[in-house]
Amino acid sequence: MTQPYAGSIPQPLSIPVIPLREFLPWALFGGLLMLLLIYFVGVEQGATSFIHGRVVHEFVHDGRHLLGFPCH
Amino acid sequence: MSLFTTAAIFLASPATNQSLVTRTLLLRGMLVGLIAGLIVFAFARWIGEPQVESAIAIENVSDQEKGEATDPELVSRGIQRGIGLLTGSVVYSSALGGIFGLVFAFSQGRFGFSSPRSLALWIAGLGFVSVALVPSLKYPASPPSVGNPETIGIRTTAFFLAIALCLASMIFSLQLARRFIRRFGVWNGSLLAVFLFVLLTVTFSSFLPAIDEVPPAFPASLLWKFRIASLEMQLLLWGTLGALFGWLTERDRNVHTLIR
Repeated sequence: MTQPYAGSIPQPLSIPVIPLREFLPWALFGGLLMLLLIYFVGVEQGATSFIHGRVVHEFVHDGRHLLGFPCH
Repeated sequence: MSLFTTAAIFLASPATNQSLVTRTLLLRGMLVGLIAGLIVFAFARWIGEPQVESAIAIENVSDQEKGEATDPELVSRGIQRGIGLLTGSVVYSSALGGIFGLVFAFSQGRFGFSSPRSLALWIAGLGFVSVALVPSLKYPASPPSVGNPETIGIRTTAFFLAIALCLASMIFSLQLARRFIRRFGVWNGSLLAVFLFVLLTVTFSSFLPAIDEVPPAFPASLLWKFRIASLEMQLLLWGTLGALFGWLTERDRNVHTLIR
């Protein structure tokens, strides 16, 4: 069988374009989920809060400052 | 059948189905983001934390001088700079990596890049400029004891607005870049697009509210070191995303061509 010298095989220039109707559901749900995660690290219990208290804010406190989010 | 071929078929199978390509790239982005998050955490712990500690010490001293009680510790400092910082770095980086994967999925084959490695590096570079670098020129990261708790609402809104406007300027400039390049050639067209991006962001940022809440007595060198550390963390994050994601995707694609 052929040896796996894959890196040296010249690539054909046909890179598959992902059709929008296949891309959008993933982009929508994946994107929203990612933004929600960023929200909890960066904003929750700062400017707005879903969860009562200050524990989330205090827990990610150092990360929030160092990652550049407005804090306190 | 060798072990290599088996592994290759296994790795290749999810991506042969077109509808699963996006999922693969999203998950790859998150995985690469997770690794980047660990690197960012290590760097933050090493370079960033000394600045955070000094800033907190200054905050406590100024609270005592004003006769105010220091804030009671809800979460201990050890947890904040340990597992808390780790969680923050890893979750943030994975989420950003996931979005990176989605942007890559949309861009591949659409903008004339034939190599996944260079496409990934371009997305990372432009992403760093428009999500981290330029917004931070207007609203730089601030250590503890800088920042008025009463303005958190306006500061948060302005911060995200700056990122959104910067991203919009980037997308708009990239759209026009194709037209400029067709009209004025690669060199002049690209320069014109860069100029447009700078012009747009400078204009936007002049309309966004100015925020300056650094106490007069806060040491300038500490502020500088903190902000540089923060910017270096972003550079490390985006650099790792771009390089690692491109490498993994290129490797994956080579496996496909081998099977065919």
